[in-house]
Amino acid sequence: MTTSPLAERTTAVAARATDLSKIYGQGETQVVALDRVSVDFRQAEFTAIMGPSGSGKSTLMHCVAGLDSFSSGSVRIGDTELGALKDKQLTKLRRDKIGFIFQAFNLLPTLTAIENITLPMDIAGRKPDKEWLEKVIRMVGLADRLSHRPSQLSGGQQQRVAVARALASRPDIIFGDEPTGNLDSRSGAEVLGFLRNSVRELGQTVVMVTHDPVAAAYADRVIFLADGRIVDEVYGPTADSVLDRMKQFDAKGRTS
Amino acid sequence: MFRTALRNVLAHKARLLMTVLAVMLGVAFVSGTLVFTNTLSGALQKSSAKGFDQVDVAVTAEVQDDVGDRIVKTPELTQALLEQSAKVPGAASAIGVVNGFTAIADKDGKLVGGGFQSQGGNYWGAKDARYPLTTGHAPSGADEVVIDSRTAERAGYKVGDTVRISVDGPVLTPKITGIFTTDDGNVAAGGSLALFDTATAQTLFGKTGTYDEIDVRAAAGTSQSALKSALDSALPKDRVETETGKQLADDQAEMIAASMSGMKQGLLVFAGIALFVGTFIIANTFTMLVAQRTKELALMRAVGASRRQVTRSVLIEAFVVGTVAGVTGLIAGVGIGAGLRSLLGTLGATVPDGPLVVSGGTVAAALVVGVVITMLAAWLPGRRAAKIPPVAAMSSVHATASTKSLVLRNTLGALFSAAGVAVVLAATTMSGSDGQAPMGLGAVLLIIGVFILTPLLSRPLIGAAAPVLRIFGVSGKLARQNSVRNPRRTAATASALMIGLTLITGMTVMAGSLQKSIDKMASSAIRADYVVSMANGNELSADIDEKLKATDGVTATSPMRNAPGRIDGTTEYLTGVTGSTIGALTDLEVEAGSFEVGGGQVVVDDATAESHGWKAGSSFTVNYEDGKKQQLTVSGVYEGNELIEGILLDNAALTPHLAEPADMRVMVKTSGGTSDATKDRLEKALGANPAIKVQSKQDLSDEVAKMFTLMLNMLYGLLAMAVIVAVLGVINTLAMSVFERSQEIGMLRAIGLDRRSVKQMVRLESLVISLFGGVLGIGLGVFFGWAAGELLGTSMPTYELVVPWARMAVFLLLAAGVGILAALWPARRASRLNMLAAIKSE
Repeated sequence: MTTSPLAERTTAVAARATDLSKIYGQGETQVVALDRVSVDFRQAEFTAIMGPSGSGKSTLMHCVAGLDSFSSGSVRIGDTELGALKDKQLTKLRRDKIGFIFQAFNLLPTLTAIENITLPMDIAGRKPDKEWLEKVIRMVGLADRLSHRPSQLSGGQQQRVAVARALASRPDIIFGDEPTGNLDSRSGAEVLGFLRNSVRELGQTVVMVTHDPVAAAYADRVIFLADGRIVDEVYGPTADSVLDRMKQFDAKGRTS
Repeated sequence: MFRTALRNVLAHKARLLMTVLAVMLGVAFVSGTLVFTNTLSGALQKSSAKGFDQVDVAVTAEVQDDVGDRIVKTPELTQALLEQSAKVPGAASAIGVVNGFTAIADKDGKLVGGGFQSQGGNYWGAKDARYPLTTGHAPSGADEVVIDSRTAERAGYKVGDTVRISVDGPVLTPKITGIFTTDDGNVAAGGSLALFDTATAQTLFGKTGTYDEIDVRAAAGTSQSALKSALDSALPKDRVETETGKQLADDQAEMIAASMSGMKQGLLVFAGIALFVGTFIIANTFTMLVAQRTKELALMRAVGASRRQVTRSVLIEAFVVGTVAGVTGLIAGVGIGAGLRSLLGTLGATVPDGPLVVSGGTVAAALVVGVVITMLAAWLPGRRAAKIPPVAAMSSVHATASTKSLVLRNTLGALFSAAGVAVVLAATTMSGSDGQAPMGLGAVLLIIGVFILTPLLSRPLIGAAAPVLRIFGVSGKLARQNSVRNPRRTAATASALMIGLTLITGMTVMAGSLQKSIDKMASSAIRADYVVSMANGNELSADIDEKLKATDGVTATSPMRNAPGRIDGTTEYLTGVTGSTIGALTDLEVEAGSFEVGGGQVVVDDATAESHGWKAGSSFTVNYEDGKKQQLTVSGVYEGNELIEGILLDNAALTPHLAEPADMRVMVKTSGGTSDATKDRLEKALGANPAIKVQSKQDLSDEVAKMFTLMLNMLYGLLAMAVIVAVLGVINTLAMSVFERSQEIGMLRAIGLDRRSVKQMVRLESLVISLFGGVLGIGLGVFFGWAAGELLGTSMPTYELVVPWARMAVFLLLAAGVGILAALWPARRASRLNMLAAIKSE
């Protein structure tokens, strides 16, 4: 079961892009980063976005996550149409509905681990759900490191804090931008394990951009982008199947 | 390497603009000061040299010391001496000069010019070469006067007008018969000059038949020195002194230079402060430029640049910045110098005309200061740049702040501070002038100590603000943490503000306390309703007292009549008062005996009593100026003050011995107390005289207050420089922080911090740093103000510390204002940050 039509899945959609285009520049120098992309991210599904450099995979994620503007088409997070939102509303949407995990961890060095985890709630002025918070912390195994500052933690531990931060506010959807890019394979495997667990056990929705077939194998579904278009989709991927696909694209790219 | 450095200068325009501005301000101030003082002293010297054009040799009376029991009078330059001088071989002519105070009223009856610069003199003969008349003719007789053209223009007088003039009390109303031009330095500096014919001048100034100076002109072919030796041999040596015109001009030039140097030094001190504060900012800027370029510099090291080359590239950059700042600062400084002159002009002081003097020294000073200060400030960051290991080129993040331990720094700071406090405290226990040097030393030590300690102090002090910051939620919390994140940088930024505010606060506390105490001194000892005195502090004629006494509603008067007397072989100034009324007119603290003045009974102040070893009941002999002796008894000892001091004796005893009784002031008590009507009546009784001041206690206080306010405002104006430089410093630091934390800010924006909160975070950080500097500065300032006051208090019995809390609050608000103002641009930048670029790892 390598491909299956979208219609076969019936679960609710957490985020949806329809005919999404992103064009930089004008006329001669025009660059099409995204070319009428339509994609759904279903609830409680772990999606990986893959593609060679410049394929538009990061741009797709940024546009869907409300970090970047798009030229045409539509993006919805839950019931909210992003195109109509002003910066302030977008910011609020990111704060309340979206979680982020970055390649460079991006923790605040002045805050302790626990303060970093609850930062989105602090910004919103909300009290964290204690039970949930404990559950998340237990899951990422940071219970004994909560009062440490980022500089006292290893890279893997820092990214676990970042995962906990993304999960803590119970967002509708979590976006990860190469979350394992700065980690060694063991720490990377750990973080990916947590992400998968959060989908399986907590019903979280996760979308992750990566170029690592091993990381992509943790996902339920892999989307392949090339030249700003979705070129393929794999359900239940393994590292080998993903690698195979990528080799095909490379070969195609070379022959065309 | 040079090209790389130059590229770097241009690559960070905004930041460098700030650095250039900081250096420029300091340079502008230094060069402005030099231009202004050079121009002024140049113009004054020129006009004073001209003023001696008509003098080849000046003959003056030789001042003699009192001997034994005798008051020795200065010999008089008589008519006979004048004629003798004119006949000396080589002399062409001789002019007798008479000088005195002459107040001229404008058409509204107000004094023209300041009281101290109201001069009068004699117009010699029908045509006085010293004072060329532009219109009219020479004065002749008591009813005619000629005035200088500047005064005529200012007051709107023409030939034929009647003018109100006063010399020592009575008002005269002569007719203006002529207007003359003069290079007299006093007139050039805003004074007035009125000339009478010689006989009238001699009578008015109480010098009948004598002169103050005899100016002799040399005949053609006779040199000044030849004339001088001729005069020296012809005139009685023990009575006169002679000096050539050239000597006089040189002396005056030297005097002008000396009086200018005081002002110059004062202004340069402020320029120095501005530059000192600027140094921190320059150092900070270069530190940040180096930090930003860590990767680039490491790359250069990796591809083979030596440490020295890296250091040099930073220093070249500093050199370029310093040169640009030096040149622009110099240009601005010339503007400041010209501006200061016209400012003084509009404030009423007439400044002599002359070209703007921009000497080579000024240009050199501006460039050297700009370049040297900048390079010195950049030297440490440059060395730090050289220490960046080549491997840093591979790492992904910006160089983190030096985490080197602050232990050494704190120890050093604590030592300095402790020593400073100890020395200052020790100085406060010393008396008057002895304590000044230790006090200054202690102050410098303490400021250095606190400066070194600021990183340490930043945590607890900023921590104390946490409860307030919590109101602002996450932005407040982050702002607090960010502000203590790099203690060294926070400290350097806050220090710039601290130094400015320390000075401002210290001055304010000191001036406020001094004002209060002088005010108290001047008015608390007086029970009189009014004090009448001359505008220039000269003596009043004795008939003023008589006139006041005869005025309606006046219940008591007492003049304060000054006369020298020899006591125990020293000259003491005796103050003659009306014995019967002095008790009702003054409120002096009597320390011993009783306050009885009359007959042979006198009271003396504590200082005089101590110096002569007198107690209540002691008696002594006084030798009056007419040579007569009298036995006097001390009835009581009182606490002296600024206004009333020395030996007070009854005028009935003193006046008979005086040839020309004259009063420093007259104290008046009226039945109606103080009121506008009473004051009016008194002024009318004195002929609405422009030269006489009738002041109530309140007027005296106001006068003191006005003086201090003027002084403080000038200081504030000068110290504003330091504050402006501090603002630039805060902007720099924040810009650097925003830059370094762009990734963090991007992340915060991504996870949901809105633009407003980001702005607020930067603003609060700025506010916290500024207030930190402000609190330190105000604290230090109050301490110094207190300490200096303790020192002053030893010589001023009425001294009391006045801490102007309202002003302190204003200063704190000022610090807050600095913070908010400085954050405008960096906060905007932070909120506009490109999120995507920021979160993308490098």
